[in-house]
Amino acid sequence: MVKFDIQNLSIWFKEAQALKDVTMQVEAHEILSVIGPSNSGKTTFLRTLNRLNDLELSLRMQGFVYFEGKDIRTMDVELVRKKMGMVFALPLPLPLSIFDNVAYGVRMHGEHNKKKIIQAVQEALQQAYIWDEVKDRLSESAFKLSGGQQQRLCIARTLAVGPEVILFDEPCSGLDPISTAKVEETMLKLKEQYTIVLVTNNVKQAARVGDRTAFFLMGELIELEKTDKIFTSPAQARTNDYISGKFG
Amino acid sequence: MKRNPYRTQRIAFFFLLLATLLIVVPVGLIIVAIIQKGLPAITWEFLSDVPRRGMRSGGIFPAVVGTLYLVSGSILFALPIGVLAAIYLSEYAKQNMLTRIIKLAIVNLAGVPSVVYGLFGLALFVVFFKFGASILSGSLTLGIMILPIIITTSREALESVPYSFREVSLSLGASKWQTIRHIVLPNAIPGILTGTILGLGRAAGETAPILFTVAAFYLPRLPKSIFDQAMALPYHLYVISTQVPNVDEKIRYGTALVLLTMVLFMNLIAIIIRAKLRKRKKW
Repeated sequence: MVKFDIQNLSIWFKEAQALKDVTMQVEAHEILSVIGPSNSGKTTFLRTLNRLNDLELSLRMQGFVYFEGKDIRTMDVELVRKKMGMVFALPLPLPLSIFDNVAYGVRMHGEHNKKKIIQAVQEALQQAYIWDEVKDRLSESAFKLSGGQQQRLCIARTLAVGPEVILFDEPCSGLDPISTAKVEETMLKLKEQYTIVLVTNNVKQAARVGDRTAFFLMGELIELEKTDKIFTSPAQARTNDYISGKFG
Repeated sequence: MKRNPYRTQRIAFFFLLLATLLIVVPVGLIIVAIIQKGLPAITWEFLSDVPRRGMRSGGIFPAVVGTLYLVSGSILFALPIGVLAAIYLSEYAKQNMLTRIIKLAIVNLAGVPSVVYGLFGLALFVVFFKFGASILSGSLTLGIMILPIIITTSREALESVPYSFREVSLSLGASKWQTIRHIVLPNAIPGILTGTILGLGRAAGETAPILFTVAAFYLPRLPKSIFDQAMALPYHLYVISTQVPNVDEKIRYGTALVLLTMVLFMNLIAIIIRAKLRKRKKW
């Protein structure tokens, strides 16, 4: 089943073109990795999917993004962002307690029943595999957690809202290898329930967790293939050059 | 000749320190002088009695109460309007001609001499709205005077809340207003309080804006309603210093001391609240 159908998507920031005529699909329950050197439009692409790009006043967009057949620009923006959870490059806890960080989104969507909020927070923390580490310190500031824990807390916060897709924007770029492994493990388990789009600077990470991998270069989609295929016999020479480390 | 960078640094530090100390000295001198000359006047009678014998004896109670009314009134009026305007300007307003004109107007409003506010208050509130010379007119005039301070500091406070917090909140599907209400505003409150402190001190101390709008020369009773005239400390101080002959020096300094203490005390409360809130800040 196709989750996202992206048709001829082009994006400009003022005069500079960030995405050039990208057409691709994201399947349900897959991890789609998006790789490419910096400035290749990966993050811009990701932020189009949950309409966070709407905040950029200088941005111009052409083409279409369909989510389950519906043009996301005709959908309620809050609903789009509820369905497309996002985890940012740096762990960004809100200046609240651990509990309130996860409860924030739930409350904002109108849940006031205390029991239901507590239940939703616990489930989300368990899903993000951080419950055992934080269950005795839920009222502490989220800033007291380590970087890796903070990032998994951010994943829990995203899950608590009940998304269908999770967009990861280089989620491990600020983390050590052990924390990275934990986040990756979490992603692999989440794939059963969610569709994941993972933007990463780390080619090896794409190889480890991605079902399919898309290679972006200078705003163009160069190649989109099964991860095994793209890492063993890519169709394009430029893809091969990038994944083998000749540039990037 | 080769320059010695360490000596240059020491000389620079010396002048920086000197400039800093020079700021402290006048403040210290003013406070010391006022306490020294004013403290002997401070008695329970002075604080709680009405002025007597043409303000040459008795107390200053009506002026204290009047100033309290005026300060509370002006904050009550300026704080909500100022904060709402600041939210609009920093969160909602598009960067266009109108916004630029509004921002320019606020900057200019801050530069208007206080006596002009007094005349404006006289024309608008006293005469046009027929509030008469009253606490209401005076509070509104002082409120307009401190609006630019509150708007400017509130805007700075709102804009200093990291952009990433807003993005996170929006990305969870919260609406823009929810983001402002639950994330931006709580983290901006310490900064907004700073603006309120500055405004408070200014409203308590200004004489010119209340001159035509509320201040009574001599009114030895408490105001009965917000449509009543009132005495106020800064104007009372001006009157007993220049308009009434043969007022004892210690009464004048005593009045100044009470005004100063009131302003400092109000500041202290706001600073304590701010410090408490800052401690809660978790980033």
